[in-house]
Amino acid sequence: MSETDESTASDSTPVEGAATDEEPSSAADDAAPAESSSDADLTELVEDDPETHTGDDGARYAPLEVEGLRKEFGGIVAVDDVSFDVEEGTLTGLIGPNGAGKSTTFNLITGMLDPDEGTVRFNGEDITGFEPHEIANQGLARTFQIARELEEMTVLENMMLAPKGQVGESLWRSILPITRGSVREQETEQLERVWEVLDFFEIDHLADEYAGNLSGGQRKLLEMARALLTDPDVLLLDEPFAGVNPSLEKRLLEHIHELRERGYTFLIVEHDMDLIMNNCERVIVMHQGRILKDGTPTEIKESEEVIEAYLGGEV
Amino acid sequence: MSVDDLRGRFEGLFERDVTLVLAVLGTIYLAYILAGVAFGYELRGQLNSIANLTFYIGVFGMLALALNLHWGYTGLFNIGIVGFMGIGIYVTALVSKPPVAEGGAAQVGGFGLPLFVGVLAGVVVAGLFGLLVALPALRLRADYLAIVTVAFSEIVRFTMMSRTFQTFTVPDTIDLWLFTFDPAADTVGLGGGGGLILNYTDPLEALLRALFLWEPYLGFVAFVQQNFISNNPKPVIDGVVYGIVLLVGVGLFYLLLSRTGKSPFGRVLKAIREDEDVANALGKDTDRFKLTAFVLGAALMGLGGILWYSGRGSITPPSFRPNITFFIWIALIIGGAGSNTGSFLGGAIFAGLLYEGPRYFKNLVETAFELGDAPRNFGEAMAGFASLDPMPFVLYTLDSISQLRLVIMGVVLIWLMHNRPEGLLGHRKETASSVDLARPGSGGSTGNPAAADGGEEQ
Repeated sequence: MSETDESTASDSTPVEGAATDEEPSSAADDAAPAESSSDADLTELVEDDPETHTGDDGARYAPLEVEGLRKEFGGIVAVDDVSFDVEEGTLTGLIGPNGAGKSTTFNLITGMLDPDEGTVRFNGEDITGFEPHEIANQGLARTFQIARELEEMTVLENMMLAPKGQVGESLWRSILPITRGSVREQETEQLERVWEVLDFFEIDHLADEYAGNLSGGQRKLLEMARALLTDPDVLLLDEPFAGVNPSLEKRLLEHIHELRERGYTFLIVEHDMDLIMNNCERVIVMHQGRILKDGTPTEIKESEEVIEAYLGGEV
Repeated sequence: MSVDDLRGRFEGLFERDVTLVLAVLGTIYLAYILAGVAFGYELRGQLNSIANLTFYIGVFGMLALALNLHWGYTGLFNIGIVGFMGIGIYVTALVSKPPVAEGGAAQVGGFGLPLFVGVLAGVVVAGLFGLLVALPALRLRADYLAIVTVAFSEIVRFTMMSRTFQTFTVPDTIDLWLFTFDPAADTVGLGGGGGLILNYTDPLEALLRALFLWEPYLGFVAFVQQNFISNNPKPVIDGVVYGIVLLVGVGLFYLLLSRTGKSPFGRVLKAIREDEDVANALGKDTDRFKLTAFVLGAALMGLGGILWYSGRGSITPPSFRPNITFFIWIALIIGGAGSNTGSFLGGAIFAGLLYEGPRYFKNLVETAFELGDAPRNFGEAMAGFASLDPMPFVLYTLDSISQLRLVIMGVVLIWLMHNRPEGLLGHRKETASSVDLARPGSGGSTGNPAAADGGEEQ
């Protein structure tokens, strides 16, 4: 194939290209955790979103608001009147025993399921009933409980898939000689970012590997890296530590904390009570489809209901 | 780009694709030429045999490539290929056949438009039917799409045979809202069970005329007649040249589809094949991608059908039975779904060995061993075993080799499924990107292997 000189043939500017050169968010200037062995600079990854800058009037801006969410599966109420919001720049944990409705809530928020009642608002817009891809394009990215990699695609292909607004996703732009140059240009720029994120998550040595050959932990890393490349405001992580060994768990947590300091917002579903208690500013406890308690880790630990319904039941 | 760099590129190319394709094609052609020598073919016979082989390599190569877009890339289980092929050639016939009044023996005429208009119309209409099938069906999961497509291809075939659509009388003037026109056609239709006589300009002639090569071509034919083949060489040369045209067509299909594959678009298609929910969660409107891919593939299948049948004197509905669809599937499975080079190789190997091969094998054995007449039925064939004489059975088997072809294909398919389900080139990394994904600024494409890895629990 003779595509060698096409990249120079066209000089049109790709739509998304400028985004990577934007000013880094101010949060990025904070000191990174000392443990981070990566020398990758993530500042360029963070989009400068005007909505993320709130005044110092105390109340933090909540990009994600859930109100009165309800979902039934053939008579069984999986999620019942669930309301909460996720404040910007926080790590919010959603915990509860098996079958509490955590994953269903996730699926309702991200459009994989349609709620029977209730609304989901994201950045002030009602996104209830939107298609998953529309929600993702609003800036709400998710990972899956069981890491779902695109197995017969390489790690690099997995990563290159994620960025939004790729001009080459139009068939005609990709095949026509005149426009293919701009596609190549954009992909080249995108590639730099992809490598930065690979470095950040320290999976760059796996770049050419098929995603299906990765270990469970590596898949979790890849999935989070991939979600990050969609430039989300809020990341919803569905059990990111399930099946991950302690040392990788520690690394994942470091990554999450570092990203949070850079302005990302996280909502994490997790089984592990201690992990959530030690790392989240705010914890939402679900039980039998309902919200049992919503508060700081200290409040949750002292709550009689929670101990009875959740901890007490388990011990 | 330096000379070394350029050479490196070409060497890489040779290592990967071109060598393999040329080696396989060379082997097949050599085998056919040797078989021709064994049969004692003159030049004319050899050319005929080569033209025939090239024809099937061309059409199966193209159709396997088109199917690869559906199945290999997007994971769309289309088993209605022949339906799109049929639509392509029937629409071409309807548009380009001359009206009955000028058409000689034909009972059903067409609109008498130039052939290239017909081909274009055939491709577009095949694509539109692809849209029609895909719109409701793509919301269903894989197996249901398969049922819808195979049903669709049978509906197409029954429509071709139907008496209702056999002939229509076209009114002298057609009054459309904005304009009125006077079609040349008098009687059009699908011809029913008798099919359609393709009495338009010979497609090769139409193509060569369009390229202003018709006169030189006739000169060349005359030259061959004087020097090599004295007795009417034109049909033979036509065949060879048409074969070459088909191979050029394959090249264009390959170019188009590898560009489609090696792009962000192709990357999303692959992602849909692997896990549609993930693609969706990453913000890709998967329905749109599936629809586009399905329509493009269907249009290419229509073109494949046109190129397959347009050179024939006539088309009849029985040519469009689902077995053609399964031939193309076998070709794709041999070559390896997911790889464009593999798809073409699969098409070539299928055409050379499984589709045309058994017949040549039979002729070869018969020429070599001067065998007698074959038994007329299975009973007689088995009767030989009573006197421990296997010859009647062998002869019977050879005699029925065209029917046994399907059995051979089945055996090959089962063997492949067990031993090499990914096909010849299926699991190769045809990276879905328009650029090299190596780390920018570094030579190799792997990162620093010394970096900490996340694979502790392996």
